[in-house]
Amino acid sequence: METLATVLPLVFMAVMGLAMLAYVVLDGYDLGVGMLLPRAANDAEKDLMVSSIGPFWDANETWLVLGVGILLVAFPFAHGLILTSLYLPVFVMLVGLTLRGVAFDFRGKAGDHRKAFWNAMFTAGSFIASAAQGWMLGSYITSFRSDWWTYAFNLLIAMAVPATYVVLGAGWLIMKAEGDLQVRALRWARQAVIPFAIGIAAISIATPLISETIFNKWFRLPDFFALLPIPLMTVAAVAALWHVSGRKQIVDAGYGWIVFVATLVILLLATLGLAFSIYPYIVIDRLNVWEAASATESLVIILIGTLFTLPAIIGYTIFVYRIFWGKARVLSYGA
Amino acid sequence: MDPTSLILARIQFAANISFHILFPTITIALGWMLLFFRLRFRATRDSKWEEAYYFWTKIFALTFALGVVSGITMSFQFGTNWPGFMEKVGNIAGPLLGYEVLTAFFLEATFLGVMLFGRGRVSERMHLIATFLVAFGTTMSAFWILSLNSWMHTPVGYEIINGRFHATDWWAIVFNPSFPYRFTHMLLASGLTMCFMVAGVSAWQILKKVDSAATHAAFKSAIVAAAVLIPVQIFMGDLHGLNTLKHQPAKVAAMEGLWETEKGAPLVLFGIPDPVTRSNLYAIEIPKLASLILTHDPNGELKGLNDFEGKHPPVGPVFWSFRVMVGTGMLMLAASWLTVALLRKRTPATLPKPLLWGLSLMVFSGWVATLAGWYVTEIGRQPYIVYGVITVAETAAKHAPAMIGLTLSVYLALYAGLLIAYILVVKRLAEKATRGEALSLPTSFNRAQPSA
Repeated sequence: METLATVLPLVFMAVMGLAMLAYVVLDGYDLGVGMLLPRAANDAEKDLMVSSIGPFWDANETWLVLGVGILLVAFPFAHGLILTSLYLPVFVMLVGLTLRGVAFDFRGKAGDHRKAFWNAMFTAGSFIASAAQGWMLGSYITSFRSDWWTYAFNLLIAMAVPATYVVLGAGWLIMKAEGDLQVRALRWARQAVIPFAIGIAAISIATPLISETIFNKWFRLPDFFALLPIPLMTVAAVAALWHVSGRKQIVDAGYGWIVFVATLVILLLATLGLAFSIYPYIVIDRLNVWEAASATESLVIILIGTLFTLPAIIGYTIFVYRIFWGKARVLSYGA
Repeated sequence: MDPTSLILARIQFAANISFHILFPTITIALGWMLLFFRLRFRATRDSKWEEAYYFWTKIFALTFALGVVSGITMSFQFGTNWPGFMEKVGNIAGPLLGYEVLTAFFLEATFLGVMLFGRGRVSERMHLIATFLVAFGTTMSAFWILSLNSWMHTPVGYEIINGRFHATDWWAIVFNPSFPYRFTHMLLASGLTMCFMVAGVSAWQILKKVDSAATHAAFKSAIVAAAVLIPVQIFMGDLHGLNTLKHQPAKVAAMEGLWETEKGAPLVLFGIPDPVTRSNLYAIEIPKLASLILTHDPNGELKGLNDFEGKHPPVGPVFWSFRVMVGTGMLMLAASWLTVALLRKRTPATLPKPLLWGLSLMVFSGWVATLAGWYVTEIGRQPYIVYGVITVAETAAKHAPAMIGLTLSVYLALYAGLLIAYILVVKRLAEKATRGEALSLPTSFNRAQPSA
């Protein structure tokens, strides 16, 4: 039991990190497409963009519920502390997600004269949710401090996260769209790469400055050299992103997926970096994973469930993605 | 704990959970109704079942989306409003909620895409399986949530170490004493809510003369199912009440407006419970009937609220909600049986107009009954969050009243807007669908080839 009590909280921290990463990548492209919607050339293109995410968004959003669910299940003390500290940004995010989620259905069902309104709600909701998530991430990294430097840092991330999602959304459209829309998506990706890259760089510089704990971790030898591949690989991925998003011929040759995958790699590296930075805390400098964890017998019960269901979830998610593989068509319930 | 913050936090959570339950209450049962339409189509190859399926799929998708977004809000509000709940009870509530996400949420959310848009991309069999998995997922979701909710009413299978709950018997926790009753009661409520919605929308389509064979098929299926379910629900509700009497007598005393413990207690039909004089004003009572119903003995003793002073729920809301629920149930019984009786000689289109109007007005009667029922059970649990063990006040977050007030007003405005939009869109879809749109939609599965 002793070993389990040591290991299980770490296992759940890893599963939670994975769920959050899955959420950011999967719902990230949905939200990105939502923010890109006003830039579509015409109504048909808007329908196609929404169709490209139609079958997936609901399941994508479920990863957020899983992430918060694990926080709640495995780390009830951190759950209370984090969510009460983030009361307002969580509220703002929920309003955004609500608007985005219902606009999906209302825009197609409420009648043509209401479509523009729900399109606007769809975009506004996507942006509000993304920015709120960025603010929450900033707050979390700074252990919910409240001073103007922290707010500036939070605001920076609140702007970087929507940019990230826009790159993902454009990357998704490059894979799912053809013709004009694909060309436009490529341009959107390239335009968003710049704020995205600035955001990553700024966050990487600001994080150790704002958190002494993280500063000590990053610049302690030999850890510094062990960590070095993370920024180096990130730079390489950003370079790949920049290169491909400027060249239509690479996309035509069938390598359009590089935009999406390079962004995914950057997010994976960022997650690893974040995990390294906060370990062994779940709330930096305040609460470590073992202090926050549920009783071992409860973790075992959930672990058993997770071991059986998570592979099944991943399996049928892949199955559904395969059903809707290939270029997006305008969706209808009938054909 | 600031009492203003506490009441605002409670109103906020209640507003959210009330808004949320409207939509799963429809989708849990509508999933199975859709599966029924699919199966009828497979058996008969009559296109009316196909049309009914596609029309109701649209409403299902819309309803599901509203359920998802409000459900996500709830999963966060556990933490933002009641952090003490998870800190104390997390070891028990956590795994139950976790299993809901793992066994239900992903299943329904993932296969919903296939069910809604998979036609032409998957085989008819796969499409049927996807429909089944969505219905099954929503029901599993209800299973876990009601298990946790019931455990909060009748907590068992735990021990308390250093103020925290630890599970000792998971089987006892999941299948706690009130769970089988509450789960069945809720599934039946869902069935009735869905049936009256389908019947109400169809009746409206008949009145608006936009009905088709599909409308009539859906109408008949729904009203017959309602007529079968309502007596079962009344019977089940009675069993649930007896179960509550055993475990939460204070709640039953509030439902019955029984201020003093007495033998041969009367059934209070109407009255205004007055917490100051601790009596019912203007009461109309039937002697000994409450004792007869609850103890099956006209002179049986029922515990009154005087036995629980300071620890019983507010009487008025529980008393009135209970009467609203029972009254709506009786109306459902009358409406469904009358309609089924008339349908022996008539078709849905030739039913008397006043009846069709009545059914149209009852389109959301299930919402009224379901919400009233939940208010009985949840307000009836007060002041506890886990009955008899932890009070709500102990678990509340310490936010300033102004902040809760601000977010609450935005939530209320948002929910009011969404509810109006939902009702208008359902009305619009109802009036528009049969003017040709639904007819032109389906391309038969026989021709569609799987492309994946």
